[in-house]
Amino acid sequence: MVSTAQISAVAKCLGDPTRRAVFERIAREGEIAATSLVKGSRVSQPAVSQHLRALREAGLVTERREGRHIHYRVAPKGLAPLIDWLGHYQTFWRERFENLEKLLKETQ
Amino acid sequence: MSETRAITVEQVLPYAAEKIWHTLTTSELIAKWLMPNDFAAAIGHRFNFRTRPMGDWDGVVRCEVLACDPPRLLRYSWKGGSDSNTTHGTRLDTEVTWTLTPVEGGTHLKMVHDGFVLPQNQSAYDAMSPGWGKVLDGIARVTAEG
Repeated sequence: MVSTAQISAVAKCLGDPTRRAVFERIAREGEIAATSLVKGSRVSQPAVSQHLRALREAGLVTERREGRHIHYRVAPKGLAPLIDWLGHYQTFWRERFENLEKLLKETQ
Repeated sequence: MSETRAITVEQVLPYAAEKIWHTLTTSELIAKWLMPNDFAAAIGHRFNFRTRPMGDWDGVVRCEVLACDPPRLLRYSWKGGSDSNTTHGTRLDTEVTWTLTPVEGGTHLKMVHDGFVLPQNQSAYDAMSPGWGKVLDGIARVTAEG
């Protein structure tokens, strides 16, 4: 069971727009080296490092070390607290829309 | 004092608004696509949706028709859940609004489920919502690969 504290921790972490941008970029790339993250953004290297640390501590990304480089990936279960809560209702309505569409088609 | 968030689902369907309205407001049809119910399209009518119980919640969504303007607008309250549930089946005091707009080739159907009270930190949720879809796409891809 996901606690309110877990939901808040994840929400708080992604509440920072720059950090969220870093997170979304990692999600988009699949896996990306910290150095590439710095190159492709206007944010300084220490700031990126700080955001990556916060994301890792919130359980939102995982890291893999390869020589001098550290690669980051999104942790699939990291967003679970948020997905569970509001996403449950979003999914509920999407599925109901699909049912509705099927029913409309049948009763043509 | 409490701040809320809404869920929106919308789609253009290749049918006349009247036909969609009929499906949205006929009890037996609603049961087929949404949930068993005793709905009637009259302002002030109180009705229930029934789903499976969760925790302390009996699985009954208590509703009242708040607006009914065929075939354009339908709004009902949506109350249920329990304070002791933390995710599915949380206490809800919300509203569902259906809007039907004729467009070329059919009807634009929009559903807004409004009034979700957020646990904490409203600004974080607000800031997050624009990136939601993209983030989920990324997660889906990562999960599929893993």
